[in-house]
Amino acid sequence: MKMHPLRLDGKDRALVALIQQGLPLVPRPFAELGRRIGMTEEEVMQRMGKLRLAGAIKRFGVVVRHRELGYRANAMVVWDVPETDVAGLGNCLARYPFITLCYRRPRRLPHWPYNLFTMIHGQSRGAVCGKLAQVIGECGLHDIPHEILFSRRRFKQCGARYCEPVSERAGVPA
Amino acid sequence: MREANAEYSELERRLLNDFQRDLPLSPTPYADMAARLGVDEQTVLETLAGLQARGAISRVGPVFRPNSIGVSTLAAMAVPAPQLEQVAAYLNDLPQVNHNYEREHEFNLWFVVTAADRDELDAVLDQIEAWSGCPVLDLPMLEDYFIDLGFDLNFDQRGRRQ
Repeated sequence: MKMHPLRLDGKDRALVALIQQGLPLVPRPFAELGRRIGMTEEEVMQRMGKLRLAGAIKRFGVVVRHRELGYRANAMVVWDVPETDVAGLGNCLARYPFITLCYRRPRRLPHWPYNLFTMIHGQSRGAVCGKLAQVIGECGLHDIPHEILFSRRRFKQCGARYCEPVSERAGVPA
Repeated sequence: MREANAEYSELERRLLNDFQRDLPLSPTPYADMAARLGVDEQTVLETLAGLQARGAISRVGPVFRPNSIGVSTLAAMAVPAPQLEQVAAYLNDLPQVNHNYEREHEFNLWFVVTAADRDELDAVLDQIEAWSGCPVLDLPMLEDYFIDLGFDLNFDQRGRRQ
């Protein structure tokens, strides 16, 4: 799915900046968010509904941390796929529940020949390699050059921050 | 493997596994979850707070689709080992950087940069190159092959992951 950035007004941006840190754990979280940026609960929900309808929200729910839940082996597997086959293979790979991301990205020759990126989570390296062997077999990827990039250390993991936090942003309507 | 052996209660397991997507946009999402779980709202709020304190969840809320409300890219650098920690710490301090990982490859530092528009994104990448002296691979997403099944945590009956 290709996306083009939506046009957001200042109030949308303020709301996105706040809500990407998560809903407060209180009975009326949207009312609480609205209180912090000068909107009613109805306005917060209406703006969120608009963002969802426009396809800007990929998922709405509990965001788990795989590593803390025991999925400590996280491998980015990158593939050098002929352009005509990328969509077909991408759709094949995206069907596996343990593949959490499956993106086409540009090659950067001569340093970087890979154009299909998948993220595989597992509880151990062995588990990840087993899953990789499974998809190579089932999607017919024996002849597709690939590399496995296991993560060694996580320096930072937070939700993407597309808008600056309200507190650091001048000129946000209060 | 500190938390890896921790056990989760049935309520915790269900909160972790069953509510990763499709939470309704309702004024009272926690009461709605409580109704589905057959417990009271306060129990849901306290249990989620506990899971957050243990690091099992990062938050409850929306995950925005890449490049829908701003632009982002996956970036990679080949950083000489002695400089790796310093460069990683520099990136961590940039508000536009998230998901900063060391990976086992010649390109050993991988991070996501987000910005309001492509100009700001390019400026941040230029700034990183200038500061680190390492060329940055800019690998924006071109297409998302996405079938959201959530991420099944495969809990067994006793709350351990299988």
